[in-house]
Amino acid sequence: MSGAALQASAPARETMRGGRSALTRSRVRAAWIFIAPTLIVLALIAGWPLARTIWFSFTDASLNNLGDYEFIGFENYVANFDGEWFGLLTDPDWWRSAWNTVWFTLVSVSIETVLGIVVALILNAAFPGRGLMRAIILIPWAIPTIVSAKMWNWMLHDQFGVINDMLLRLGLIAAPITWTASPDTALWTVVMVDVWKTTPFMALLILAALQMLPGDIYEAAKVDGVHPVKVFFRVTLPLIKPALIVAVIFRALDALRVFDLIYVLTANSRDTMSMSVYARQQLVDFQEVGLGSAASTLIFLIIALLVVVTLVAGQVRMSGEAR
Amino acid sequence: MKILTRIGFWLLVAAIGLFSIFPFYYAVISSFRSGADLFSVAYLPERLDPSNYVAVFERQPFGTNIVNSVVVAASVVALSLALGITAAYAFGRIRFRGRSLLLMTILAVSMFPQVAVLSGMFELIRGFGLYNTLPGLILANLMLTLPFTVWVLTTFMRELPKEIEEAAFVDGATPWIVVRRIFLPLMMPAAVTTGLLAFIVAWNEFLFALTFTLTNERRTVPPAIALMSGSTAYELPWGTIMAASVIVTLPIIALVLVFQRKIVAGLTAGAVKG
Repeated sequence: MSGAALQASAPARETMRGGRSALTRSRVRAAWIFIAPTLIVLALIAGWPLARTIWFSFTDASLNNLGDYEFIGFENYVANFDGEWFGLLTDPDWWRSAWNTVWFTLVSVSIETVLGIVVALILNAAFPGRGLMRAIILIPWAIPTIVSAKMWNWMLHDQFGVINDMLLRLGLIAAPITWTASPDTALWTVVMVDVWKTTPFMALLILAALQMLPGDIYEAAKVDGVHPVKVFFRVTLPLIKPALIVAVIFRALDALRVFDLIYVLTANSRDTMSMSVYARQQLVDFQEVGLGSAASTLIFLIIALLVVVTLVAGQVRMSGEAR
Repeated sequence: MKILTRIGFWLLVAAIGLFSIFPFYYAVISSFRSGADLFSVAYLPERLDPSNYVAVFERQPFGTNIVNSVVVAASVVALSLALGITAAYAFGRIRFRGRSLLLMTILAVSMFPQVAVLSGMFELIRGFGLYNTLPGLILANLMLTLPFTVWVLTTFMRELPKEIEEAAFVDGATPWIVVRRIFLPLMMPAAVTTGLLAFIVAWNEFLFALTFTLTNERRTVPPAIALMSGSTAYELPWGTIMAASVIVTLPIIALVLVFQRKIVAGLTAGAVKG
């Protein structure tokens, strides 16, 4: 639904109804009164802090004395003093965290999408205990992220952890692995815990799409003796594609701002640090509000760009359907 | 061949089920073991030693942390629903200029990364004198819950038949009466769904709670668990951490099992229809 279409149709409705335009006017006034509290609250707790964060990114503010700062332009982002480069964009740790975040997003969302489809297909089949199964897979999603991170931390403990114990007993590894500390495994460990936690969300969204598919297509395919795998790739997948794209975008936006899981699972380790963890470390641990805000602003810009692209693409798709 | 497919299917179901519940099961077992027991791995419960559950309340202000979490989450739910239902009525039932743009803006806020507002929010909360208080956390949490509450309630509001309010308006009712008398009762199921989602979000919130509180007595449960330490630096507090984890997870699991259908309906209304 586009704003232009709305504006065009509103006067037409009013002339059609003739004498009721006074009522329409009073309803529109009521609408603004009803929306005002929400808009004021959102402007205060989202709009204003965001604007201040962007402003702080151009200053040398520090956390213990937030009121006393000077405007320093782009020096937090990039600056040159006596031929040496400083600032966020020259910090290898920032680029490391950006790469970690992108890698984490790509890998975890891909795995979650594939597993989500598998779980959704299973839950879409009729079998005894399906309701119970649907409740069970919701458990990882409902457990607070901090708690799941702690549970997995304990299970992955290098000396007393149950995962190492299992793998040793099965003879799959020769010596215990330091899952969260070793640079080779740390980021994969984060991905695995995230997959455990968020696959249910993906599965439920895909399941909702599956349940809206018409049954007669499948009857026809069955009668014609088409192999189920072929039916899946030729019929099911194209039909659930729109819902799948929405689910993937939602998850990707979520994954790009990941904080809790990484912060608790591996603390401020450079091997797994995400952009959000980096920004908070600058802001709170190092008290560098200027630099931290610069990192926050960049994260915001990256995600905002993605959101705008998504919304525009969605708008185009929706108006394309209307025609 | 048929039988093999059957067996394969059930193996897959069993694997998914096991993978989903094993970490929680293991946390429960670990929470009942303490001291040197924890240095060995056990797959089955051996004995029920409640000492971790006692320790978590004695050595930390964990009872206070739970109360804090309940107060914050309940207030966030109440405020989000009160603001969300009135706004959703306007967005869902009244045509006015700029409606789509405003809804899009609100949807965009729900995609804000928390860290993007962190320094501004810190300044705001300090400015109001709310640093290290529960009202400060309630205010900050609204940023996370209010946008999707408005969004989901609006999609529900749109689906109600048009005739409902027209009769009332012909009889001379004001919009406020229409919202209170007609839509509030009709929106109850949707309000329960969004309220549950908002509760879970506020109950699980970590970054704001970690940054905007200072003392252990003011913390909500997630930072309290994340920052839990043993009685000495060398003690492994895993038993107590697992006990605390089980305590705060049980009510959420109960909620999810009871309201499973409603939660799924809310999640899909927010994502698929949006």
